Parts: sequence; C-alpha cells; structure tokens
Amino acid sequence: MSGETQTSAEYIKHHLQNLTYGQLPDGSWGIAHSAEQAKEMGFWAINLDTTIIAFVLGSIFLFFFARAAQKASAGVPTGLQNFVEWVVDFIDTSVRGSFTAKNDMVAPLALTIFAWVLLMNLMDLVPIDYLPLIAHAAGLPFLKVVPTTDPNATFGMSLAVFVLVVFYSIKMKGLGGFVGELTLQPFGKFGLPANIFLEGVNLIAKPISLALRLFGNMYAGEMIFILIALMGASWAGATFGSTLLFGSQVVLSLGWAIFHILIVTLQAFIFMTLTIVYMDMAHQEHH
Amino acid sequence: MNINATLLAQTIMFIMFVWFCMKFVWPPIMQALTERKKLIADGLAAGERGKHELELASRRATESMHDAKQKAAEVITQAEKRASQIIDEAKTAAKEEGDRLVAGAKAEIDQEVNRARETLRQQVADLAVAGAEKILRREVDAKAHADLLTALKNEI
Repeated sequence: MSGETQTSAEYIKHHLQNLTYGQLPDGSWGIAHSAEQAKEMGFWAINLDTTIIAFVLGSIFLFFFARAAQKASAGVPTGLQNFVEWVVDFIDTSVRGSFTAKNDMVAPLALTIFAWVLLMNLMDLVPIDYLPLIAHAAGLPFLKVVPTTDPNATFGMSLAVFVLVVFYSIKMKGLGGFVGELTLQPFGKFGLPANIFLEGVNLIAKPISLALRLFGNMYAGEMIFILIALMGASWAGATFGSTLLFGSQVVLSLGWAIFHILIVTLQAFIFMTLTIVYMDMAHQEHH
Repeated sequence: MNINATLLAQTIMFIMFVWFCMKFVWPPIMQALTERKKLIADGLAAGERGKHELELASRRATESMHDAKQKAAEVITQAEKRASQIIDEAKTAAKEEGDRLVAGAKAEIDQEVNRARETLRQQVADLAVAGAEKILRREVDAKAHADLLTALKNEI
C-alpha cells in the first residue's frame, strides 16, 4: 500500500532491504540509498535497523525482568513479578528437562534467547508498513522491522552459541577429548578422514541450522505478509476487483498473523531448546 | 541480505544480554522462587505438626478430664463416708447425752421423792405429836420425850 510510483517488485525489494550504514563509493561514511550501494559496502557496514531494534527489544526485556528481579521476594507475587516468575519457571523446567550437567549459565542463556528472539519475532505482527512509513517520513530510505529476518541477527546469536558449545566441549573433555570426539568416531582411528568429515559436518551444522531455521521461518513469514499487503496495494478505485482484493488482504492478514503467533513462539522456543540440547551435548562425554 | 558487521554487533549484544541476565535477572528470581518453595514446605510441615499437636492435646485433655472425673467420684465417696460417720458419731453423742440427762433427772426425782417423804414423815410425826398432845391434854415436853418422838418418827 506504499508509494503510488512503486511497482510490486520495488515494493518487495524495499521491504527486504536493511538500513545499512557504511562506507559509500565516494569514500565518505553514510547510509546506503540502494541495495547495490549496501552491497558494495562490503563487510564493514552495519544494519542500523536490525541493530537498534534488537537492542531496544533486548533492553525492554532486561528492563522489565531486572525490575521484577529487584523486587522479587518469597512473598505473594503480584503483577509483573508473577508474569516474570512464570516465564522463569517455564525456562527452568525446560532447562532441567534437557540439560543434565551443572552450569549456572545455561538457564539465563536460554531465558535470554527465548525472550529476545520472541520479542524480535513479534515485530512481525506490527502491521507491515507502519514503521517503514514512519521511517520514510523521518528521511530514512529503508527499514526492515523484524531483526530475525536479517541473517546477521540469527547468525550472530548462533555464532555465540557455537563458541559456547566449543568452549564448554573443550573445558569439559579437555582439548584431547574434543579433538578425539572429532577424529576417532564413529569409525575408530583407521577411518580418520571419514570421521573428521562426518563429525565436522555435524559440528558446523549446529550453528548453521540454528541460524537458518529461525531466519528462514521469519523471512518466509515476512514475505507472505508483504505479498498479502500487495493485494490492497493494487487499489484502483472502488471497483469490484479492488474491493475484493482489499477485503482479501484484511482477512488473509488477520489469518496469517494469528497463525504467525504460533510460528513466532515456536521458533523462539526451538532456538532455545536446541541451544540447551547443544550445551548439554557439549557437557556430555561421548561413548 | 548480505552478511556484514551487524553479525559482530549482534553477537556482542547477545553476549552482553546473556551476561546481564545471568548477573542481575536470573539469580534473584531463582532465589525468590527457591525461598518461596521452602516457605511453603515449611508452612505445610508446620501445619502438619500443629495438627499432630492438636491431636496430642485433645488426647491429653480427654485423659485429664477422665482423671478429674475419677477424683471427683473418689472425693464424693469419701465425703459420703465421712458424712455417715459424722452422723453416726452425732447419734451416739446424742444418745449418751440423752442417757445422761435421763439419769440426772431420775436422780433428781429420787432426791425429790426422798425429800418429800422426809417432809411428809416430819409432818406426820408433828401431826401425831399434836394428836397425842390433844389426847393427853397436856403439852408433851419435846425435850423430855425426844427419844420417844424420834422412835415414833422412824416408825412412821
């Protein structure tokens, strides 16, 4: 429904482009005004929308939880504390269910992942054009609202999880144990190349699948929201066809949004659960 | 959707958030939850104990009531015994007193009878003397005839 001069393809591209800050072709630093410009910036550029929205959402989560934590007492809980305790208890139960070793870091890690990813995913439910239009009015060329539709965000998290997994694998089993796990199974020491290949794929697949699953789900969901939004965008006066398309957009948006609530929560939960499982595997001795 | 430094920014942000959560959010909430669990467990245990104590107390109360009843019954029995004893004693005392009184009265009556008899005897003697005087028409010298008179008095 945005801009009269946009074609459908432009509209979609516009919605899928991050607000990127980096070095412009002329050597100065600034915001990229097209996808090509953003691409030319190379690695040393930063997606302002992803970073800022992710930071704000994470801060909101930590602000409310820290406030509840400050006031937390053994007395009868009320309001915010009640909600926070419910979430914490839920995470704690999940962690106890799949994490058998002792590590005080895993539960807060799981809580942070769940809450943060959930909040970032929930940005998907904000009507698709509202925030970009506000950004446009403020003079920003692009705004991609959902941080988890940016692979940088999902890979950023899965990378941290991967580092933790490797760190705890080495810490728990020793460097020899970790390398042995990679090289000496499943075929014994004579099948070493095959072992390295299999276990290496196994190890690398963890962060990649973790990041791509979340990214893929949210990206696809966002894409469908964009496509649904295009129906009403072809408004051409109060003709029968336009009215029908507009009505379809309303109904489909609502339906997809309701269905998306499930996906949003489920993806946050899956990311958290897999992190717990990977951390548990890092703490377990292989046999 | 190209990979750029946002990746690093997100990783650093993530680590910061996890650290903050681990430091300031998780422990106090978990502590509160654990404390409450303990509080509830303690409360339940105290309730159980209270119930047990109540049972004991009611049993003790029943026992002491039973004791008291027994004692009361004993006291009543003793009192009854004592009462009948007192009554017996009183009866005996009254009987003795009565006997004594009766004996005293009898003695008095005897005395009175004796006195009356004496008086009567005296009067009869006097009367006899007066009669004799009349018969003899002369005065009997009481002194002279004292022996005679006394003998007469004794005869009557």
